[in-house]
Amino acid sequence: MSSPRYWREIPQRYRMEAGKCKKCDKIFFPPRLICDSCKSREFEKINLQKEGKLLTYTIIRVAPSQYMDQAPYAMGVVELKDGVRILSQIADCDFDKLEIGMPVKIEFRKIYSEGEAGIICYGYKCVPV
Amino acid sequence: MRDVAIIGMGMNKWGEIWEKSLRDIFTEVALLAIEDAGVDHIDSMYVGCMSSGLFVGQEHLSSLLSDYLGMGPIPATRVESACSSGGLALRIGFIEIASGMSDLVLVGGVEKMTDVSVGGATFALSTAADQEYEVYHGITFPGLYALMARAHMHKYGTTRKQLAQVAVKNHYHGSMNPLAQYPQKITIENVLASVMIADPLRILDCSPITDGAAAVILAPLDLAKKISKKPLVKIIGSGHATDTIALHSRKDLTEIKSTERAAKIAYEMAGKSPEEINLAEVHDCFTIAEICVIEALGFVEKGNGGPATENGVTSLGGKIPVNTSGGLKSKGHPVGATGVAQTVEIVKQLRAEAGERQVKNAKVGLTQNMGGSGGSSVVHIMEVV
Amino acid sequence: MVGITGYGVYLPRHRIKVEEIAKVWGADAQAYKKGLLVEEKSVPAPDQDTITMSVEASFSAIKRAQIDPKRIGAVYVGSESHPYAVKPSGTTVGEAIGATPDVHCADFEFACKAGSEAMFVCLGLVESGLIEYGLAIGADTSQGAPGDALEYTAAAGAAAFIMGKDNIIAEAVDTYSYMTDTPDFWRREYQFYPRHASRFTGDPAYFKHIVAAGKGVLEKVKLKPKDFQFAVFHQPNGKFPLKVGKLLGFEKKQIETGLLCPKLGNTYSGSSPMGLTAILDEAKPDDLIFMVSYGSGAGSDAFVWRVTERINQVRDLAVKTQEMLKNNKSYVEYGTYAKYRGKIRKGE
Repeated sequence: MSSPRYWREIPQRYRMEAGKCKKCDKIFFPPRLICDSCKSREFEKINLQKEGKLLTYTIIRVAPSQYMDQAPYAMGVVELKDGVRILSQIADCDFDKLEIGMPVKIEFRKIYSEGEAGIICYGYKCVPV
Repeated sequence: MRDVAIIGMGMNKWGEIWEKSLRDIFTEVALLAIEDAGVDHIDSMYVGCMSSGLFVGQEHLSSLLSDYLGMGPIPATRVESACSSGGLALRIGFIEIASGMSDLVLVGGVEKMTDVSVGGATFALSTAADQEYEVYHGITFPGLYALMARAHMHKYGTTRKQLAQVAVKNHYHGSMNPLAQYPQKITIENVLASVMIADPLRILDCSPITDGAAAVILAPLDLAKKISKKPLVKIIGSGHATDTIALHSRKDLTEIKSTERAAKIAYEMAGKSPEEINLAEVHDCFTIAEICVIEALGFVEKGNGGPATENGVTSLGGKIPVNTSGGLKSKGHPVGATGVAQTVEIVKQLRAEAGERQVKNAKVGLTQNMGGSGGSSVVHIMEVV
Repeated sequence: MVGITGYGVYLPRHRIKVEEIAKVWGADAQAYKKGLLVEEKSVPAPDQDTITMSVEASFSAIKRAQIDPKRIGAVYVGSESHPYAVKPSGTTVGEAIGATPDVHCADFEFACKAGSEAMFVCLGLVESGLIEYGLAIGADTSQGAPGDALEYTAAAGAAAFIMGKDNIIAEAVDTYSYMTDTPDFWRREYQFYPRHASRFTGDPAYFKHIVAAGKGVLEKVKLKPKDFQFAVFHQPNGKFPLKVGKLLGFEKKQIETGLLCPKLGNTYSGSSPMGLTAILDEAKPDDLIFMVSYGSGAGSDAFVWRVTERINQVRDLAVKTQEMLKNNKSYVEYGTYAKYRGKIRKGE
């Protein structure tokens, strides 16, 4: 993960900063340049709400190398209260208690580190409520 | 727009081809296709390849492969759309002939995936997903399709066994294809006992890592009738559509809208309905993918993909045989080559050259090739002339 | 008047029992449990570190302080397990809570008293008027060397305090700091685990500094131990706080509420700060709280806090210490613990 690439996404990764279309209220996460609904180019900056529900999930057992220590881990598509959907890990959960529709909330966690000497990448995960 | 025919095809045995490089694997099948077409020159070429840069450190395939093909300084184009690179290359080659711009176009696809480690291959494949909002969080491709599988199972009651049946069927078909990477037959028990990759998908639900290439030669129908000695296959429909790159941005996680849209365009252009398709080659990168795709193509009702597969609707001898080549599961999935290999199978079937796995009275065939988790789809419909 | 306007706590859900650790090293679990007065400790998951726990504790502190994070003028994280050797934990914390960019930031370290130092400095900056609100965090995910006595107690947790002049829930009546050069426990650069001087860490180190700082602050405020409802000390194990409390003249019942170590372990820079959050979760208006931290090397910061009326209004606005300690626990065995803590040597 390169520094510029990581740094650019910090507002989204750390604060869930999204863009709300000024004309039709559709929310984009991450923010966009153009609203695909009404084609407006004007947005206001908002932070997403941190509660949501689980739409679907899986448990990753064969993970990419940077996530090896965390495997097996659950991942899910979560619909946040604003109606925005995200993909994230579901941390601190008992796998057999995962259920479509269950409430979850966002927590700040470490996503991975670039080995022993590279940067540490943080971001959002969901935890059961 | 002129009518376009496929007049030649070439493909090699797929697998871990340690001794051959990307350029050799491609050139081999391109020459086979040229020979099969009986032509002595081509006007232009298209190469579908997802990621030669990440797999073998080579870009500029246009120059490299036209050079090694030995057919002169022809225009050559590398086409990329993740796993639908091959299908998209076919579409663009078709457009070049249909527009009158060229008379003989080579469309090939190639991927050389085994020079890197499995980790390296997994990383290269992951570039088909949203790097910052999907891959960053730890998802893998089996993971993305597993999310779809669970949603499909929850919404429609699709069962684990029905998913497994897709793999069993495709391996059964592949056992009759001498070019398939894994022509071994498997059972549902084999699938259900195999290693879990991302719940509920196991390793035998997943297509493999493969080296391979495939190529076809396109020509305007009028010219084809003059020069070709083999049965002609006409491309009667071509459709292409994209969707959001991220799975979580899609309205319904159980649907592949890009395939629905691409298919609609192709059906309209061809003047055909799903019932009139005799056989299809679809993108079974994972077992759940085939189930969602046959629903998206209108072969079965929404939610009925599982039961239909279980009941043999899509098996050889069934109402609409799907993936008689063995599909990605048994034949292999050298990413950029897949869309072209699907075309090769349809041509074989429509020419009645498919041997053991021949579909009786095959007149109209369909190929569906898709990228990533459904972010792009290309559908072609072909008819024997 | 200056003091705490918001506080927050965070600790991981995983625990490992003393028996699990003792089993691996062939040690006498009961002897350790009795000797240390510790039953189990918290274990951070691979995706938790000083920064992630500090962020979550800070969110809770902001909820209780009910302020716009942009008004925070300083973000200080005290820890002996900062994820980077060079790049302050505070930058990530400040960015995550939305306090950037017009904010001062620094990381603090002084073994286990890095958190209380940050608290001391914030109080001073607020009092001087240099900043409006200061965020002081004590957090750690410290390592205990495998097989060493410290492995039974080295735990993870975070406590965050927002200091200010308005809407105070606990006034900082006074402070006293006492420091000497004492090599009782240390870690050299590039070493993975700390080392300690065994029994020397007791009287000349822990007890001497806490007693001196404690006596110092008592004299300053002219109060006696019996005037306090609560006392909290640095908790390297469950026994030392009781012993040092007794030395200073406190009774067990004053110390109990803040004594988390038996079920949590030693959260190092989070140790006495989390004891304080546990107390604030239950204290009543006008209660006096006596707090003395200890950091090896060595030094102690002593504080006298007086709880205000406002505590009742904000206490329930975020998660409480015992809630995090008791709910949703998940026990791991030693293999998983070693994997989570990076104690297993892996291939390149």
